[in-house]
Amino acid sequence: MNPYLAGVLLGLVLLGTIYITGRGLGASGAIKSGVIATVESVAPEHAENGLYYSQQAAEREGGPLNNWLVFEVLGVIVGAFFSGVWANRVGLKFEKGPKATNWGRIIGALAGGALFGFGSQLARGCTSGSALSGMAVMSFGGIITMFAIFGSAYAFAYFFRKLWLK
Amino acid sequence: MGPLVPYIISSEFNLVIALIIGFFFGFVLEQAGFSSTKKLVGLFYGYDFTVLRVFFTAGVTAMVGVLLFHHYGILDISIIYINPTFLRSALIGGAIMGLGFILGGFCPGTSVCAAAIGKMDAMLFVLGSFIGVFAFTESYPLIKDTYLADAMGPVTMFEVLGMSRIAFAVVLAFVAIFAFVATWFVEMKVRKEPAKISKSRGMKYSVAALMPFVIIAIVAFVPGRQEIIQNKIAEAQRQNECVFYEISADELANEIIHNHYKINVIDVRSPEAFEEFHLPMAMNIPIDEITNRKWEMVFNQDIKTNIFYANDSMTVRMACLKSRFVGDAKNLILTETASEFKSMFFEIEQPDLATASKQEINEYNFRSNAVREMKQLIDALKNIGQPVVREVEVASGGC
Repeated sequence: MNPYLAGVLLGLVLLGTIYITGRGLGASGAIKSGVIATVESVAPEHAENGLYYSQQAAEREGGPLNNWLVFEVLGVIVGAFFSGVWANRVGLKFEKGPKATNWGRIIGALAGGALFGFGSQLARGCTSGSALSGMAVMSFGGIITMFAIFGSAYAFAYFFRKLWLK
Repeated sequence: MGPLVPYIISSEFNLVIALIIGFFFGFVLEQAGFSSTKKLVGLFYGYDFTVLRVFFTAGVTAMVGVLLFHHYGILDISIIYINPTFLRSALIGGAIMGLGFILGGFCPGTSVCAAAIGKMDAMLFVLGSFIGVFAFTESYPLIKDTYLADAMGPVTMFEVLGMSRIAFAVVLAFVAIFAFVATWFVEMKVRKEPAKISKSRGMKYSVAALMPFVIIAIVAFVPGRQEIIQNKIAEAQRQNECVFYEISADELANEIIHNHYKINVIDVRSPEAFEEFHLPMAMNIPIDEITNRKWEMVFNQDIKTNIFYANDSMTVRMACLKSRFVGDAKNLILTETASEFKSMFFEIEQPDLATASKQEINEYNFRSNAVREMKQLIDALKNIGQPVVREVEVASGGC
């Protein structure tokens, strides 16, 4: 798909979201809900005593999974799968840069995910919830988070070029 | 007027909406090619700027759309969620995310998309993000101070830069289009292809690039909802053609006693004046607040008749006129002012039975009875009789 057309469509989805719900899109928040739900069911005592968990429990009525972003991300999974089927892209695949080793990619993906997960909680949102939705409503925090994400990725790109380039 | 949640769409149904919105979100991300790390990291090595194009186009489209919706009164931007700014944690968190981006090749949303179509590296990334979030929630007591430092509240970029909303929209659209052109040249150079574009494609892109500016210009120069209402009122006043249906104080008292559930008695004076004295069963909507979203349910319905009163005929007519442009409820104005009503009913003096005419005596009997009945009614309906306090629910969001 033409990237600008995809951008306009994504923008309209975001605009519709803001119009209907008054909030933007997101992704990492659903992972947070998943983590809290897991901790609450695996170690309920720890969840009760932990500072963050108890704060979250007070804020969330009806359990951690009764959350807008959880349902939204479930929709994302279905939508992406549907699109993949449509474009004939579905299938188990392990993608890596031409020079990267399997273990390098595995560790990179895990570590990258962990860093992104941690960072998104610290910054109160990831590329979707903070940067994209923030830009739509011109939030100062959202836009500086966006610059921080992309600036830092450019700054580190040189050091990890072996993961991606020929 | 949006946002539709929670007044028009209930909070429970909102979760169904979330599923549907998520479907489109995932579909568009996957269609844009964001389910492949090659596309995503291409941005950082200069060989593929798809991410920047999609991302910036989406941001500008939504931003311009929000402006336009606000301009025509479709969306109330004073209550949408604006990500609060915590400067330090935003910068540090953003930097950590950037490192995660270049290491893992995904961001959370795109990794979910890629995992959904079977990319195993993306599944590892998602697993990693669970671990990362867990690390955050566990170490929260240690990083709490950083997390909460430099709280600035939900400030916007244009407020920080000290420019108007419109000016910032123009700047952002310019930056986006400049970035599109510049990165296209970079991309062609890295790929070692000639930087040429066919004439018809160039035309199409130029027209598309003009679109956001056209919409911003509409917002800046064409009258919006508030101005349209003001203009209509001014026009109606100038032509002196507006007809006001009036109701007298005695009729109103009768309505209050017998049909209180069919009417809204609306006091358009200031809250202080309302506090001092107001009609039985009245609610207070100061005249400047009539176009406020929270009163839409009062002015845009066809069940109850709205009866306005104030302390001068100018204000009450203005209020009645304003409310006509907000909704299509049936509106009446009280002929008497608030203080006249007060002296007619609550400060009524018994006429001298010997000299008073029959009509005066009847009037006295009616009014003193009415006062008693209205007081009884208020007692009986204590909760309904309280001034209605409504609050606007501000949307929450973010990750």
